[in-house]
Amino acid sequence: MELENLRFGTELLKRGFAKMQKGGVIMDVTTPEQAMIAEEAGAVAVMALHAVPADIRRMGGVARMADPKVIEEIIDAVTIPVMAKVRIGHFVEAQILEAIGVDMIDESEVLTPADEFHIDKTKFKVPFVCGARNLGEALRRIKEGAAMIRTKGEAGTGDVSQAVRHMKMIMGDIRKLKGMNSEELTKFAREIEADPELVAECARLQRLPVVNFAAGGIATPADAALMMQLGADGVFVGSGIFKSENPEAMAAAIVEAVHHYDEPEVLARVSRGLGRPMKGIDVTTLQEGEALQARGW
Amino acid sequence: MRRIGVIALQGDVSEHISAVEAAGGQAVAVRRAGVIPTCSGIVMPGGESTTIGRQLERTGIAAEIKQAAANDVPVLATCAGLVLAAKEIDAGDVRPLGLIDISVGRNAFGPQRESFEAEIDVAGFDRPYRAVFIRAPVVLRCGEGVQEIARFGGRTVAVRQRNLIGLAFHPELTEDLRFHRMLLEMG
Repeated sequence: MELENLRFGTELLKRGFAKMQKGGVIMDVTTPEQAMIAEEAGAVAVMALHAVPADIRRMGGVARMADPKVIEEIIDAVTIPVMAKVRIGHFVEAQILEAIGVDMIDESEVLTPADEFHIDKTKFKVPFVCGARNLGEALRRIKEGAAMIRTKGEAGTGDVSQAVRHMKMIMGDIRKLKGMNSEELTKFAREIEADPELVAECARLQRLPVVNFAAGGIATPADAALMMQLGADGVFVGSGIFKSENPEAMAAAIVEAVHHYDEPEVLARVSRGLGRPMKGIDVTTLQEGEALQARGW
Repeated sequence: MRRIGVIALQGDVSEHISAVEAAGGQAVAVRRAGVIPTCSGIVMPGGESTTIGRQLERTGIAAEIKQAAANDVPVLATCAGLVLAAKEIDAGDVRPLGLIDISVGRNAFGPQRESFEAEIDVAGFDRPYRAVFIRAPVVLRCGEGVQEIARFGGRTVAVRQRNLIGLAFHPELTEDLRFHRMLLEMG
């Protein structure tokens, strides 16, 4: 074995890991039992949390990284990848999760931010996913080393409208780049406070240079398929599964819906008789300061 | 032009489609039954083997792949694809298709932070190959008729059985098209 040839934690490996999640559903879980339900339903990965976003919202207070013991128990319970969340800017929580052996870290606005700046993700071997509302925000995170982007949406509400808005903003901004010359691209990059080279790359690829998932308010198979039809590479489902009446059935149905997102007959079949989805909150009724999407920049 | 069916249920499908096209083949994304019988080659991409395995059964594509492989249609199976093409898997409740007579150990190198890139020697290649291993499996046992074509760190990471190629790594994530060309030149 030629050890000098061996490389860990490269951008190719981090972005490559995210690519393996494409077309899949990543589910929030708080216990090993829930993680096993998610795996059985066909989740591509689980997100280990101390509480799902709907409960974090309800409980209030400072939301932090989950207890490493719980995360380790979840890692031991399943064979699929395990992700976990850290507070925006809290690079020590990230160091702890990397040490535990979490497969991907979500630097998440669902937890209480620790800093106005985000983590320098290039310093880690483990890949990161970050939330974004528009192209500028997505590219700032990618510049910091994020290997995957997800819409912020509005977590813990079960209201898909903000995820829709953010996905359309990102896709729309990328479409605008089509046909711009290099001068116009530079100007646009300055306007959205993004790296000009990354803007030029998006113009050329006509997509983000990393995998782009939908998240924040997805609660039904129809919501998941909606996000896929809008161009998401896959979906995160937070409270939508374990806050529904029948989590097993809901989880399996959302997985089917993502695989068959453009087949209404299949969507109709899998949507039948699932019981009550999570109750949710209409985002237009949120008080000022309650929107998690405003965290980060 | 060879028509290659790329199983498109979950995982890095578009990367394999691009690689097949760059290597001179025609790629078709396979999301339901009925397409595989029209293809003269198959790619089983990387992704999550539990997720893909379940969908292969539900859609009826699993049976079509088995039939095609039995008729000597070439197959390139990478990472999760290798797991699903195997005869036996060490753990988990995935039911593999049993195309290649091997046992596979899933996620054999540890969590994602242990994923790696390395130069390896591949039987029949005149220069080293840069392989990308992501939560990669390894081949634990090779049956008769299975040729080991690459090893890394004393473990088998690439095999060939007649027209079936199984790789623990991801040829679709680099610009090196030698494995996709091998698929297009077989049979």
